[in-house]
Amino acid sequence: MTLILIFFLLLPVLAIVVVSFWQSTAYSYSPAFIFENYEFLLTSPVTLSVYLKTLMFTGITWLCCLLIGFTVAYFLAFHVRSLPVQIGLFLLCTVPFWTSNIIRMISWIPFLGRNGIANNALQDLGLIDEPLEWLLFSDFAVILAFVHLFTLFMIVPIFNSMMRLDRSLIEAAVDAGATGWQVLSNVIIPLTKPGIMIGSIFVITLVMGDFITVRFMSGGQSASVGRVISNEISLLQYPAASASAVILLLTVLIMIGTLLRFVDIRKEL
Amino acid sequence: MTISLTLSNVTKHYGKNIVAVDDFSQAFAPGSYVCLLGPSGCGKTTTLRMIAGHESVSKGSIQIDGKDIASLAPAKRGTAMMFQNYALFPHLTVEENTAFSLKMRGLPKAERIKRANELLSLVDMTPYAKRFPEQLSGGQQQRVALARALISMPSVLLLDEPLSALDPFLRVRMRSELSKLQKELGITFVHVTHSQEEALALADHVVLMNNAVIEQAGAPEEIFNRPKTEFVARFMGGHNIIEMHGERFALRTDHTRLCRTNALLQACVGFVEYLGAKVEITVTNPDQADITLSISDKEFRQQPLAAGDAIGVTWAHQDLHKLE
Repeated sequence: MTLILIFFLLLPVLAIVVVSFWQSTAYSYSPAFIFENYEFLLTSPVTLSVYLKTLMFTGITWLCCLLIGFTVAYFLAFHVRSLPVQIGLFLLCTVPFWTSNIIRMISWIPFLGRNGIANNALQDLGLIDEPLEWLLFSDFAVILAFVHLFTLFMIVPIFNSMMRLDRSLIEAAVDAGATGWQVLSNVIIPLTKPGIMIGSIFVITLVMGDFITVRFMSGGQSASVGRVISNEISLLQYPAASASAVILLLTVLIMIGTLLRFVDIRKEL
Repeated sequence: MTISLTLSNVTKHYGKNIVAVDDFSQAFAPGSYVCLLGPSGCGKTTTLRMIAGHESVSKGSIQIDGKDIASLAPAKRGTAMMFQNYALFPHLTVEENTAFSLKMRGLPKAERIKRANELLSLVDMTPYAKRFPEQLSGGQQQRVALARALISMPSVLLLDEPLSALDPFLRVRMRSELSKLQKELGITFVHVTHSQEEALALADHVVLMNNAVIEQAGAPEEIFNRPKTEFVARFMGGHNIIEMHGERFALRTDHTRLCRTNALLQACVGFVEYLGAKVEITVTNPDQADITLSISDKEFRQQPLAAGDAIGVTWAHQDLHKLE
């Protein structure tokens, strides 16, 4: 276990950190210990705007995944009474995962395009006169794809938390006069917080590190931190890419650290 | 405090064919300690849950203080329930758990904490007010659950097997505390249990259920001394079933005696169980089912018996109680 962690986690991360201090020119790079990569990165206005964009994607995706994930998990856990139906519906939620990420993303294109199903349907219904331009190759499309890809990562841990919740607690709350909303806010949400946190960590880390969804769904028009790194790698700017990666890693670690301060997830593991 | 509880023809179906409670009618005097007794699956918990409002009533009515409450929400009935596993909220402190129903009603925090602490002092849990349920022992959790149920000042407290999760020593102690508390508060307690010993010790009124119907109801002495059916006699324990002239009689094991002469029955000792203050001797004979004699250990020491000894058994005719 320790060996696996050393070889596949610690060494690669160390290598990235080391390379991030190397020096580079347009056509070469060599070992050194300079702060130029970081200096450039941290003073560039592009970095700030890319981070803001990425954080916006993360925030909206997280909120949508949370709302949808919590609702679906709640329905599965509390409204579906029979176990076979519960298992069946749960498997249904995993159906999108039977194909690869890329295929799922590409499948949005004929749906959202200028002459896609969505636009045609809306036009036929007379709701719009011209095709909506912002459906595809836009921030909307990026977020839609993210939510589609990652909601399940929110559903699973929340559903797990809800299934562990002792049903007599809900009855006890009702017995004490709690309304449906009061049961939700006083009993169910506090007790499913660990599941919400685990789901949030999945979603946040996945969105923060993503580069392919943003590229595909924005048609190359939106940037994200992941895309910046991937571009730098394709230009063989490894030191600069490493420095970006280190900063991204620290950002995500700080975000997760902040989340964990609020909720103790050890109970759930 | 003269609030009565009446159940009339209360019936519970699940689907078409399963009847959990069939035509349950019973009136409980105000301020009485009622035990719903019976083997598991007899419908006693379902009955309790129908009174609480956590289970709908298929047919019949439940009245508290003359008012039909069968269609009201649980919190509007004037009942409060104490759950079998106590169902304390793990994320709330003892104080917050106790004050939960006041919080739901929107009382200001200072007021509800004050009320909660009054209730906690009633059950001697004041020092633990800031703790979380997982930091408490089973008996302490039970006291908190009791305080939480009582804070809404119910006229009927419903207890679902409240003592079954405790160890035997604590069970006896909590039993006497429940009884004391009930007398102090003067409200009706409805207590579900499968232990006849618990029912006899606590209840003013025992309802013994079997297969969804009431087998017998009444004062504990009545149920124990005058069982109506063989089931009641066997469930309450301490009885032999004697068959004579095609009729069946219940006979208390401590009214069944050993004798040398004029024996009504000749029998052979099967086995002897020493129980401390008394000794139970089970005897076999060709005419009857096995009979148990309960005698004091003093009497046993005067005439020790071992498996295989031939003995005579007798009883007084007035101790025989005819079964339906």
